[in-house]
Formats: sequence, structure tokens, C-alpha cells
Amino acid sequence: MTSSSGKIALGSRRRLKNRKISNFVMLFLTGLLTILALVPLFWIIGYVVYKGGPGLNLAFFTQLPRPVGIAGGGVLHAIEGTLIITMLAAIFAVPPGVLAAFYAARNPNTRLGIGLRFSTDVLAGVPSIVVGLFTYAFLVKPMGHYSGLAGAVALAILMLPTIIRTTEEMLKLVPQSLREGSLALGAPEWKTSMNVLLPAAFNGIMTGILLSLARGMGETAPLLFTALGNERYDIRQIVTSSIQGKQGFFQMVTRIINQPMDSLPLTLWKYASQPYPERVAQSWTVALVLMFFVLFLNIAARLWLENRARKLRG
Amino acid sequence: MALNISPLSVSRANALSDAKTEIKNLNLYYGKFQALTDINLPIYANKITAIIGPSGCGKSTLLRSFNRMNDLIPSCRTEGEILLDGSTILGRGVDVVDVRRRVGMVFQRPNPFPKSIYDNVAYGPRLYGIRDRRELDQIVEKSLHQAALWDEVKDKLQQSGTALSGGQQQRLCIARALAVEPEVILMDEPASALDPISSLKIEELMQDIVKEFTIIIVTHNMQQAARVSDFTAMMMIDDKHSGRLIEFDDTQRIFTNPKDKRTEDYVTGRFG
Repeated sequence: MTSSSGKIALGSRRRLKNRKISNFVMLFLTGLLTILALVPLFWIIGYVVYKGGPGLNLAFFTQLPRPVGIAGGGVLHAIEGTLIITMLAAIFAVPPGVLAAFYAARNPNTRLGIGLRFSTDVLAGVPSIVVGLFTYAFLVKPMGHYSGLAGAVALAILMLPTIIRTTEEMLKLVPQSLREGSLALGAPEWKTSMNVLLPAAFNGIMTGILLSLARGMGETAPLLFTALGNERYDIRQIVTSSIQGKQGFFQMVTRIINQPMDSLPLTLWKYASQPYPERVAQSWTVALVLMFFVLFLNIAARLWLENRARKLRG
Repeated sequence: MALNISPLSVSRANALSDAKTEIKNLNLYYGKFQALTDINLPIYANKITAIIGPSGCGKSTLLRSFNRMNDLIPSCRTEGEILLDGSTILGRGVDVVDVRRRVGMVFQRPNPFPKSIYDNVAYGPRLYGIRDRRELDQIVEKSLHQAALWDEVKDKLQQSGTALSGGQQQRLCIARALAVEPEVILMDEPASALDPISSLKIEELMQDIVKEFTIIIVTHNMQQAARVSDFTAMMMIDDKHSGRLIEFDDTQRIFTNPKDKRTEDYVTGRFG
């Protein structure tokens, strides 16, 4: 008896040792790979800061590009273009995306609901350049010219699947009991959606929207043959001339959005492929600015949402 | 027999005015499955009626028939008659919103909206078009008083309702239901997720508000049913797993001298 129990004890001690070794090996492996996965991220950020940092100055944010061969100048046109195109894209994509998600979340098993989920999946997989081509055929060609408006439509199409899917998931996370609580008070379905479901899922929905905005902000391909690019784009000049020409607000907005426009990624791509060293150097700075725009959007969104959640908790 | 009313309670029932709300020959189906069979149940005004029975016997389904919450389940179908003040609440011609305004509901788990305490209570009145701040203030205060929550929250009405304790949340939900001044209040195991002290508070406030309202409560807690209710309906599933009402009577009678052997077994804790 003693000997056999001793053997079992010995065996278990060996097993314990094996277990400790395999635990260490696995911990080491996963840790190593985690670090490996982080390397590209910091490498990219570090290298972009290293290459683009020296070009940063106030003029870079406040001036239009100088002609090729002359040093200095900035990318104000691209910053303006990025903000306008992204904002327009949000205006086009958010309301239909969120409303469609409400439908899909409430009626997941109807034909329309299933169809919506399927087509958002397909749409999410469409290469962004194809979306640009589509927009060219259906908007740029009939209008007869490139425009920021067309670029915004292309981006909106790209953002739509993300917005629909995240909103739908967030709405599904709202407990059914909240919905029932509202309906039991005699609230109609749409008021329940607007007054209870939307506020309850608000933070998640906003996160999804902002992430898709950040994503859209960095897109180049869909803008290639929609917004095209425009080194002479200057919103101040448009506004001033509109006011001097006593044009109405609507006409001014039309002039702002209905012409070729640059964006940061588009400028980056164009500058980087030009044979002039100062333009290539500037393209690194554009990359840096773009990166911080996206980073800023992400961080600001997170801080704002956290603050809001804290306020709600009281 | 679906309904057993002893002579004594019949005389007492007659002494009461007519039923506030009443279920007649109700059959309820989920698709092909019959969940409730041949239910007849009168609910008297300003009384608390308890529905008891083992799990899965259709108590909640029956309760949810009174304000047509079963409508939310697409496969659900009802036959028979449900009357509120003598007129039917079933059928397409009836405005569900109106029914649910008159028949409020409190759920098993507290489900305050992620809004402030004030906005939770004001939610219903606002739905019905009350915008005047002073009027809303009055309704909120009155409802919170009725739900025995006012003293605990009067200084923090703008804080989130979800930050309250479980028991407070449930009383907030009761206040929310009372704020639209319903005539009948349905309570689906309102204290089952709460500690004994919180659940006692809810029982006490039920005793208070029943002077103005009519209450139907589903409960698994025999002592609770015995303590708070005036009438008790005992449900049981039949051999087809369909819920049936096997006895309805004065609560005292159900717990001391039930007619049905199964009721006796259940209330004395021999099964269930």
C-alpha cells in the first residue's frame, strides 16, 4: 500500500513539474508573440514621427501648397477637404445606417432583416476602389465633374456596413426587459426605440460611428476618381467671394462641396509619388498629421463617452 | 371543472361590485402549443389577487394577458374574452396603448431605464403629453411617495435610476407604473430578485396602494401570497402541459381549507 501510494505521489510530482514547464513555455510564447504584434504598431508610429516630425510647423496647417520646387507651404487644402468630406460622409451614412440597424435589430428574422444583414456583409467586403468606381459612374459622370460631394458619397457607402452592424449589435445588447418596461407603459414601438433603446445603446453606437469615421478619414482609393484632388482649394476664399457676391447660404455650401477637393491620404499618395524631394518629405508630415487626426478622433471619442457614462451614473 | 368557487366566496364576491377585470374561457396558444386552457378568473377592484402555482404552469403568461403583453410574441394567439370594466380588451379594434395605460405592469427583475430617477417616473406621463414642469414635478413626487421611495431619493432625483439598489430600483419601477395612474397593476414576482427586507417593503406598499388600485400578483412565495392577497388563484399544468386554473377562492380559504387536493399539497409544501 505504502509503496503504491508513494508511486502515485511521485508520479503526480513529475506531472506537476511537466505542467509547470509547459505553463512556462506557453506563457513565454504568448508573451513573445504579443510583443511581436505590438512591434509594427510602434515601429510605424515611431518612423512616421521621425520622418514627418521635422516638417511640422504652423505654416503646414495654415498655408496652401507652394508650386513644385519652392520650399515651404502647407496642406491646408487637404485638411479642409478631409474635414468636409468626412463630415458630409457622416451626414449621408449615419441616419440611414442607424435607422436600418433599428429595423434589423427589431426584425432579425424577416426577409428584409436577413437581406440587410447579408448585403451589409457583402458591402463590407467590396474593395474600396470599386466603390470609388461605382460612385464615378453614377455621380461624377452625370454631374460632369469631380467633387468633394462625390468623394463623401463614396466614403459614406464604405462606412455604412460598419455603422449598421455595430449599431445593430449594440441595440441587441440592450436588455429586452427595458423594451418591455416601456411598452408596458403604453409607449408605441417607435417611441420605445427613440426614448429607451437609443439612449441605452448610445455610447456603443457613437463608438461605432466614430470608428467608421476614423476609418473613412484614412481612405484613399474611393477618392481617387471622385474627389480627385485640388491644390487650389481654399474655403476662406470661397466664403469671402460668396459674401462679396451676396450669394445665399445654400449657394455657398454648394460651392464649397461641389468642386474637386483634396484629402490628407490623397495628398499623401500624390506627394509621395512625385519626384521632388521636398514633396516626398512633406508627404511624411502629411502622414503624421493624418495619423494624429485619427488618433485624436479615437481618444476624444473615448474620453467624451467615458465622461458621459460617469455623468449618467451620477 | 376549471373554476371552483365555494358558496361562501360567491356570496362575498357578490357583495363586491362586479369584477374590475375578468378573464372568460381563455385559451392561449404559442403556435400549436396550447399554453393556457379554459381559464376563468374574475379580478375584484381594490383587492390583491395572487396567482400561484408551480414553475411553468403559465402564471406569467396569464398575467401578461391582462395588458396584452403577449402580443409581443408573434406566434401567440388568444381565444376567449378578457374584459376590463365590462368591455373587451382583445381584438384589433382595441387600442393596446390604452389598455396598457389602464393596466400597468411591474416586472420580475427591476428594469429602470438608464435615465435619471425623475425621468424614469416622468416617462409615462410625458408619453401621454404632460409637458408642464410643475405638473410633472407633482406626479413624480406623488408616485415616489406611493412607492415608498420619496424619502430615500428626494435629494437625488437627477441621478441615474440604475445606480439605486435592487430594492429601490424595483420601487422606482412601481413608481413609474403608478405615474400614469393605471387602474390595474400587474406584478410578475416583483420581490423574487430582492432580499427579505426589500421584499417586505414592497408588500407593505402594495397594502397601501391597493386602496386606489387593483393588484394582480404572480408569486412563488406562498407566505407572500398568504400575507398580502385577498384572493388566490391556483394554477397547475394538465397532462398536455397546458396551464389550467384549478382553484380560485378567498386567500384564507385557499391556505386553510382548499377544495382541491393538489392545492392543498402545493400550499403545504408537499410538492412544487
